[in-house]
Amino acid sequence: MPLDSSFVGRSYPPTPAYEVGREKIREFAAALGDDNPAYRDQAAARALGHPDVIAPPTFAIAFTWPASQQLVHDPELGLDFGRAVHGDQKFAYHRPIHAGDRLRSTVIVENIRAVAGNDMITTRIEVTDEAGEPVVTTWSMLVVRAAEVSG
Amino acid sequence: MIAFDEAPVGTELPTRTFRVTRTDLVRYAGASGDFNVIHWNERRAISVGLPDVIAHGMYTMGLAGRAVTDWLGDPGALVDFGVRFSRPVVVPDTDDGTEVQVGGVVKRALDDRQVVIELTVTSDGVKVLGQARATVRLS
Repeated sequence: MPLDSSFVGRSYPPTPAYEVGREKIREFAAALGDDNPAYRDQAAARALGHPDVIAPPTFAIAFTWPASQQLVHDPELGLDFGRAVHGDQKFAYHRPIHAGDRLRSTVIVENIRAVAGNDMITTRIEVTDEAGEPVVTTWSMLVVRAAEVSG
Repeated sequence: MIAFDEAPVGTELPTRTFRVTRTDLVRYAGASGDFNVIHWNERRAISVGLPDVIAHGMYTMGLAGRAVTDWLGDPGALVDFGVRFSRPVVVPDTDDGTEVQVGGVVKRALDDRQVVIELTVTSDGVKVLGQARATVRLS
């Protein structure tokens, strides 16, 4: 059964604040083999004009992905996650994420469409800081493969 | 930092080659919280029709991002970054794993000292990311 397109435009309540830790940033950068000092060394980050170490460009996935589970596991939507693959991903940066940030994520269903029996669902996540200012906006598209696949 | 005047349209970023092994995928799973079994369990990957364990798409995107941020110097100069996951990066259970190659070229200049970089990301000679683009603000 195709996903209910009336979900387009629906948003979920903002998540509790995710606190960005220096060691989590270092761990994430190390997992990408990335030794850029802006992620590790406060003095180097400050020399570039940042208040503290900043996070790598894809770091936001570590807390926006859990946030999106509200939608993925919404029983009303009935998305079969076992058949889902990540189709595309985009980030728009309003400012770099830095250690000490307390960030809330609001999940919004931006688009649902069916292509050749597969469902494609795009979620937009607005990430804001404690002052309510935008930090990063993410778009993730999941492809949910049709239930009956031959071959 | 790279200056806007130093990076006219057509400027090529240094091509990067990243080695990817199963260990890297396990480390990325832990750091990112994405423990999907297809990224570390061959039996389960094959059971869903994949040729072998595949890398997290976000791991490959992270490597592509490194080619940009290493060139830039300040990763905070990124304005936007997007990719399409067109083909999986297959990571065999060998000491050498596989390789991901990332090339980039300045495609367009925008207002406000910004440029659009188009990335070419391949593994085993196959393009694994489509529409891979980053916009950056230069000095």
